[in-house]
Amino acid sequence: MIWGGPLRWAPRFTLALLVVPVAAGLLGTLIPAFSNDAKGFRALVEWPGLWPAVRLSLGTGLGATALSLAITLLLVASLWGTRLFALILHLLAPLLSVPHAAAALGLAFLIAPSGWIARLLSPWATGWTQPPDLLILNDPYGLSLTLGLIAKEVPFLFLMALAALPQTDIARRMQVAHSLGAGKIAAFAVAVLPGLYRQLRLPVYAVLAYSMTAVEMAMILGPTRPATLSAQVVIWMADPMLTAQATAAAGAVLQLCVVIAALLLWTLVERVARRALVRLAEAGVRAHALDAFARGAALLTGGLTAGALILGLAGLAVWSLAGLWQFPDVLPQSLSLRTWMRAAPDLVSTGAVTVMIAATATALSLALVIACLEAEQRFALSPRGAALWVLYLPLLVPQVAFLPGLQGAALRSGVEGHWLAVAAAHLVFVLPYVFLSLAPAYRAWDGRIATAGLALGASPARVFWRLRLPMLLRPVLTAAAVGVAVSVGQYLPTLLIGGGRVETLTTEAVALSSGGNRRLIGAYALLQMLLPALGFALALLLPALAFRNRRGMAVAT
Amino acid sequence: MSGALILQDLRIDQGTTPVVALNQSVAPGEVLTIMGPSGSGKSTALSAILGTLAPAFRQQGRIILAGRDITALPPHQRRVGLLFQDDVLFPHLSVGANLAFALPPTIKGRAARRALVDAALDQAELSGFASRDPATLSGGQRARVALMRTLLAQPCALLLDEPFSRLDASLRSQIRSFVLSRIRQKGLAAILVTHDAEDAHAAGGPVISPLGQPVTL
Amino acid sequence: MLRRHFLLATAALFALPAQAQTAWESVLDAARGQTVYWHAWGGDPKINDFIAFVGQEAQERHGVTLEHVKLASTADAVARVQAERNAGTLTGGAVDLIWINGENFAAMKDQGLLFGPFAESLPNWRYVDVAGKPAVVTDFTLPTEGYESPWAMAQLVFEYDSARLPEPPQTLDALKDWIIAHPGRFTYPQPPDYLGLTFLKQVAYGTLSDPSVMQAPLDEASYEATIAPMWAWLDAVTPALWRAGKAYPQNEPALGQLLADAEVDIGFAFNPGRASAEIGAGNLPETVRTFTLQGGTIGNASFVAIPFNAAHAAGAQVVANLLLDPEIQARAQDPNVLGFQTVLDLSSLDAPDKARFDALDLGIATLSPADLGPALLEPHASWMVRISQDWMQRYGVAQ
Repeated sequence: MIWGGPLRWAPRFTLALLVVPVAAGLLGTLIPAFSNDAKGFRALVEWPGLWPAVRLSLGTGLGATALSLAITLLLVASLWGTRLFALILHLLAPLLSVPHAAAALGLAFLIAPSGWIARLLSPWATGWTQPPDLLILNDPYGLSLTLGLIAKEVPFLFLMALAALPQTDIARRMQVAHSLGAGKIAAFAVAVLPGLYRQLRLPVYAVLAYSMTAVEMAMILGPTRPATLSAQVVIWMADPMLTAQATAAAGAVLQLCVVIAALLLWTLVERVARRALVRLAEAGVRAHALDAFARGAALLTGGLTAGALILGLAGLAVWSLAGLWQFPDVLPQSLSLRTWMRAAPDLVSTGAVTVMIAATATALSLALVIACLEAEQRFALSPRGAALWVLYLPLLVPQVAFLPGLQGAALRSGVEGHWLAVAAAHLVFVLPYVFLSLAPAYRAWDGRIATAGLALGASPARVFWRLRLPMLLRPVLTAAAVGVAVSVGQYLPTLLIGGGRVETLTTEAVALSSGGNRRLIGAYALLQMLLPALGFALALLLPALAFRNRRGMAVAT
Repeated sequence: MSGALILQDLRIDQGTTPVVALNQSVAPGEVLTIMGPSGSGKSTALSAILGTLAPAFRQQGRIILAGRDITALPPHQRRVGLLFQDDVLFPHLSVGANLAFALPPTIKGRAARRALVDAALDQAELSGFASRDPATLSGGQRARVALMRTLLAQPCALLLDEPFSRLDASLRSQIRSFVLSRIRQKGLAAILVTHDAEDAHAAGGPVISPLGQPVTL
Repeated sequence: MLRRHFLLATAALFALPAQAQTAWESVLDAARGQTVYWHAWGGDPKINDFIAFVGQEAQERHGVTLEHVKLASTADAVARVQAERNAGTLTGGAVDLIWINGENFAAMKDQGLLFGPFAESLPNWRYVDVAGKPAVVTDFTLPTEGYESPWAMAQLVFEYDSARLPEPPQTLDALKDWIIAHPGRFTYPQPPDYLGLTFLKQVAYGTLSDPSVMQAPLDEASYEATIAPMWAWLDAVTPALWRAGKAYPQNEPALGQLLADAEVDIGFAFNPGRASAEIGAGNLPETVRTFTLQGGTIGNASFVAIPFNAAHAAGAQVVANLLLDPEIQARAQDPNVLGFQTVLDLSSLDAPDKARFDALDLGIATLSPADLGPALLEPHASWMVRISQDWMQRYGVAQ
């Protein structure tokens, strides 16, 4: 082909953009961990909390991943094709846009012994006039942390499952399995699950890696005696003693190893599960009795997950307006706008920085992702499996393992502390999500439209700008909203690359959470959630407005 | 602008299997029909002439249109028009904008372009439809818009990819004669791909298989 | 404002030798137009508001722009300066001013990461109560030597809701008995949190046979035996702590929130005015009061320090000096603003400035300076490091 030019290089360039920072960052972490006679490792091994911390990381990570996956599959299997499924689709975007820190803070208020649930039941049902001395938050087994992780990861896995479903031919397969006499769950497990899971695998790995290494959630909900390994690494990073930096680096390396071990363990379990599924199919399992139970379980767990997020955020919203609010009052004695008024100037300036960074990172990601997908289409490239792994690299490698190294590189090059550097760091995390969100729609676009355009004498560029992009307006805007949500939620990259001089709603909210001021935390968390929600609303509204007279562009339901 | 479409030893292999082997000249106003069961390489032949052949295929020979060798040209510079099985109207554009999209950029000025679009609508007996949403049109109306759009691009040759198979019987002959009469009127070299003997018969030209064998109806 | 400038300028003229005055003026000149990045813990909106107010004053009086870099932990800023030094950033560093004390100061001073000495050449230094408040020049037994400038005094006070607890325990022994008699109603922030360690030091003061040994670096040979009474006290109360000692609040605000939520009956803070301020803000009920232990509680000062590679050291000195300004100090002591104790010697102030302090209503829950009792000096930092490590061994890992 004669045409080509820089577009042909877009995929390779983009992959390099993801690999280079992660690799450079890892190197920057490995060197201090092993330098000075591996002093860091020795200090790490001597730390009495090491094995409990590693156990916690493994336990909460594997537990949260397994349960999130189970809930997601249960929801898809028992609700697919029902009206409830459509309702969940509408709930998904706002739930996805809740940043981890906000979700954790909301959940903390909900389940604490002095929290909303206890207040709702006290004293009439429980007899409590003062909060009971119950270890719910920061429990030593990491149960509340696991719950928080599940509440955040189920919406993500559900979205990924939705994107994968069309490729699994679910409608016909379910029909065939049904006609052979299988119940709904059995039909799903035997006919759809293997194909669906193949598509879900990498997202599940990302969830596993994230759950094991989440810092904000672990700091807010996780145990403290000791904290999870990743939270402890961040605590060491902030320690004034120079030696603690080496310990932090060693801890980060250990964290990376633990994540790899967990991923290997997971693949092992995958293999066992696959064999079990084959045996089930051979046994001709029907399991009609399971359907009602599964439906109940799906409704319960799905409702709990969404409910925990929604109620928690509602609680934060009330706190941001609360005057004195003592236990066991269900609502504050008085409401006031004082918190909002007081915080308004800060909220506006930090909000503006947050938007600027999110917009830049998202716009660049979107441009690169579209360039990759367009190159893929025009040059009929078929992306290899390795490319997909690279795409997931920033989501699989623990942030604490490569961000400190990246910070060092940013410092040396002098770009650290500038908001553009922060936006560039966000790009590494935003881009994969934008790609995952946009690719299915982009690839599913009717190629005959392009052929028709070309045959009418329109250049590939014109076909792209006049036909492809406008027709894909909805998925493009949705991907942009996903990108904004991811960027707004970033904590560690902002903190480390921003050098404290770049303040976003999330860094402020986490800094405030150390101060425990629920009113202000509520205001920041709400705004932190509002920005992405606004993005999703626009992604719904703009195409609806632009295509209000185009029946052919309506959302297929 | 019209001229013959010459397929000079056009040969397409998938792996070692020949899919298309054509050595044919189509005169202006003539319709060559390629017939064969599905999967026999009919669409592959069209892709090659259009310039959108997937890299998995190996192509040899030359394609000459109105004296120009278009074998190596990108699709949008070949001036080969295409009508699909479905109308493939652009769903986000109005009927008028669909037509205007096809106008060559050499036609300047809003009024001039508008006039050409209106004239095309008049010819298709769709006067006043310019601002309509294509999704609100009937099947026959959409088929006519699709043809007018293809013609407005001023192609030198026209490829028809089973363009009538989705229409119901009453519309089918009506649209078919509308299309064929335009081809003759404009003197376009046309290739019709179909598995319907009636279409082939109506086209009136030679009928062959994708591998160049004559087909008897 | 004009009048103020005039007064200040005249005062400075008479008080300082001509040489120093020109030196300060050149600092002022260099500072004008600079943007000072003050890295300070950002977890409390009242402190954030106060810093914003100082920023306005710095702009109006000296043309210095103040940017508050809000930290979750002061150590973040220290780690940052270390990272800069390691990366070879010897000038133009990102941190201009740090709110600091204790081990963070010790670490920076030890590693030569500080600019100075500068504090004692600040024009407002002459108001500082060096004789009456030795903690303003001794930071955890470490002489500050002018490498940090004080801006607030703090002392440990206990907080309780008099509606729930009419008679709080006033000695460490009484506190122990009360905790054991009321399981689940008392806790302390988890070391290495600063307030948590301060509580442990307070326990050490009340249990060690000779607490003065803590003013010297700890002696490895006798340490275990010396400190044993403190662990005994903690061992006795731990099963009766909030959550039976299986979880701890992470810092002072978290402990304050537990008091506000009535999860505990006695809290404490390193700020005698915090309770009144929280009542004023509507975060605590009006029945909350404070008390200190007989024999005194630990007190220390908050400082600001300037990193060796600060890009705007002149502006940072101007801000440090401004923080010692009587008007700003009086504002910080106002319980409606911060409720921090002043570092100044009130008797050294002119009448109008002294009147600002006299006019303050310290708040319903704040003890008068007389009732506050003596402020005990901080132990040597080596005690804190060791106690923190040992606490982790003993209580920091779930059994």
